[in-house]
Amino acid sequence: MYNSRNIIIGLVIFIGIFTLPFVFGIGKKNDAPKLSLDTPKINELEAKECIEDTDFMRSNHMKLLSEWKVSVVRDGNRIYVSEKDGKEYEMSLENTCLDCHSNKEEFCDACHTYAQVEPNCWSCHVGPEEVK
Amino acid sequence: MGLKFSLLMVTALILGVFLGVEALGLSYLFGVIIPYIALATFIIGFVYRVVKWGKAPVPFRIPTTCGQQKSLSWIKQNKIENPSTTSGVVARMALEVLFFRSLFKNTKAQLVDGQRLVYQWEKWLWLGGLIFHWSFLIVVIRHFRFFLEPVPAFVRLIEKLDGFFLVDLQNVYLTGVLLLVAITYLFIRRVFIPQVRYVSLAADYFPLFVIMGIALTGILMRYFTRVDVVAVKELALGLFTFNPTVPEGISILFYIHLFLVCVLISYFPFSKLMHMGGIFLSPTRNMANNNRAVRHINPWNYPVKVHTYEEYEDEFRDKMRAVGLPLEKDGTEGEKEAATTKE
Ligand code: HEC
Ligand code: HEC
Ligand code: HEC
Ligand code: HEM
Repeated sequence: MYNSRNIIIGLVIFIGIFTLPFVFGIGKKNDAPKLSLDTPKINELEAKECIEDTDFMRSNHMKLLSEWKVSVVRDGNRIYVSEKDGKEYEMSLENTCLDCHSNKEEFCDACHTYAQVEPNCWSCHVGPEEVK
Repeated sequence: MGLKFSLLMVTALILGVFLGVEALGLSYLFGVIIPYIALATFIIGFVYRVVKWGKAPVPFRIPTTCGQQKSLSWIKQNKIENPSTTSGVVARMALEVLFFRSLFKNTKAQLVDGQRLVYQWEKWLWLGGLIFHWSFLIVVIRHFRFFLEPVPAFVRLIEKLDGFFLVDLQNVYLTGVLLLVAITYLFIRRVFIPQVRYVSLAADYFPLFVIMGIALTGILMRYFTRVDVVAVKELALGLFTFNPTVPEGISILFYIHLFLVCVLISYFPFSKLMHMGGIFLSPTRNMANNNRAVRHINPWNYPVKVHTYEEYEDEFRDKMRAVGLPLEKDGTEGEKEAATTKE
């Protein structure tokens, strides 16, 4: 090979960059965060279920919240009827979601830190720990 | 022809994942085995190609540049266009890689009134290409939030800047959208300019369609039909920590996205996409133009038989002395003097 010194340096950099996640991953686990459902409100529930299916909530809760916001702020409609069992809920971030999930740090935040999302809701809405 | 073929191929690939995962339940194959194979193909294939290129001898410096080369001290050298030092070459290469400097000089040749040849300023290809490549890079860097735990600070910073715009409670990543816009422009350009269309082959359309598919599925997943991002991260981290798992309930869109990425990177070493490595090995970009200052020996020269003057003199010394020719060695003082003045 000609110019082998430069080519080898280049290739080492190339391999280094494209295997970086493996280097960081050595000896680590890939566990998703354990979410705590241990809140007074949820413990009172007979069936420990969310507003909608858990699977739906996991991937679509932001969409649901956005629909709620639009419905409340634009249409003044504050009642949400669950598609799962027809139960009625008040469409409220603070008074519904965080009433059950009052352990925001071990629930919402644990998940969001893992997935690296930082919703800016709490610059206006009040989180449960701040009320106390 | 190439266009239809490529479109058909990409559609078939997407259908393949769809059937594989939805009907046959091959999520382990598409979520774990294929990604590993694809990554290995990419890295080994890339190294193989570069080493193969490295084995090709470069006969001499190729100064096909458009600036003044290093010359007399009162002639101003164009140090970046026509570098004579390594640092100049590094600067030229960096500008080329980061800002596509030679593409910036792109012009369009056109016959006006059927007889006059006119060259026009043409920057759209440069702009589209630059936006596309930078967006791609930033999107990939942002994806490191799925690959690393904890997420490093620079990924978070890029995400903050890139997600500056909030739409419907959610950050919209500019580069994700720009990626799709730019690749669509590059595709349309290929189809609508007849000359470009004429030189386009399946190998040109195929990567465009694959990247379009990746960007489309990504955007669908993020803004329209959601995926379970936590499960995706579990899968990704599983791959990178070598204890692969396939969590339940990841939508088919994710498998399509991932499979197209695998197709792209395993196709990479066999295709024109290798320009990523090739740019660094371009003879007109990576050599200092120092032909006049440094002796550059042609690597494929065979040893040439030479007969030096000394050997010549040794051979004919007696005869030369006899006819009174000046001698460099073993001559008398007078003969030596004559030899030096003759030089
Ligand atoms: C009536 C109480 C209640 C309310 C109100 C409620 N949740 Fe839940 N939520 C639960 C319970 C109980 C679970 C656990 C379900 C399970 O494990 O199957 C859960 C699960 C979830 C999950 C999935 C967690 C996981 O294990 O993957 C998400 C996300 C979630 N909730 C978000 C929300 C959001 C956002 C709101 C407001 C729109 C909300 N919840 C309102 C009780 C509630
Ligand atoms: C199962 C893990 C999980 C839990 C639990 C969870 N979230 Fe999320 N949340 C996510 C993920 C992942 C995203 C980002 C999805 C994406 O990047 O497309 C997200 C996004 C959001 C968004 C949209 C912001 C954005 O930038 O995309 C809001 C708002 C939100 N979550 C609110 C909540 C609230 C409130 C709770 C607690 C009641 C909660 N989430 C619990 C995983 C979770
Ligand atoms: C700029 C401040 C601001 C930010 C940031 C903000 N909101 Fe709101 N939100 C409001 C206001 C004001 C209302 C109206 C309250 C009312 O009429 O009861 C509201 C109402 C809502 C409602 C319906 C009513 C209620 O009591 O909850 C939902 C749901 C909601 N916001 C969700 C979100 C989510 C999710 C986020 C984060 C992604 C967010 N908001 C960020 C100001 C904000
Ligand atoms: C060639 C590499 C890749 C490209 C160009 C690419 C491109 C994209 C784009 C443009 C988006 C839209 C959102 C955004 O702008 O970030 C996206 C989203 C996404 N990509 Fe990729 N992707 C690539 C590789 C991967 C890989 C290897 C994974 C596997 C872990 C992956 C998983 C995802 C997921 C889960 C989303 C949705 C994100 C969300 O909902 O927030 N991508 N991708």
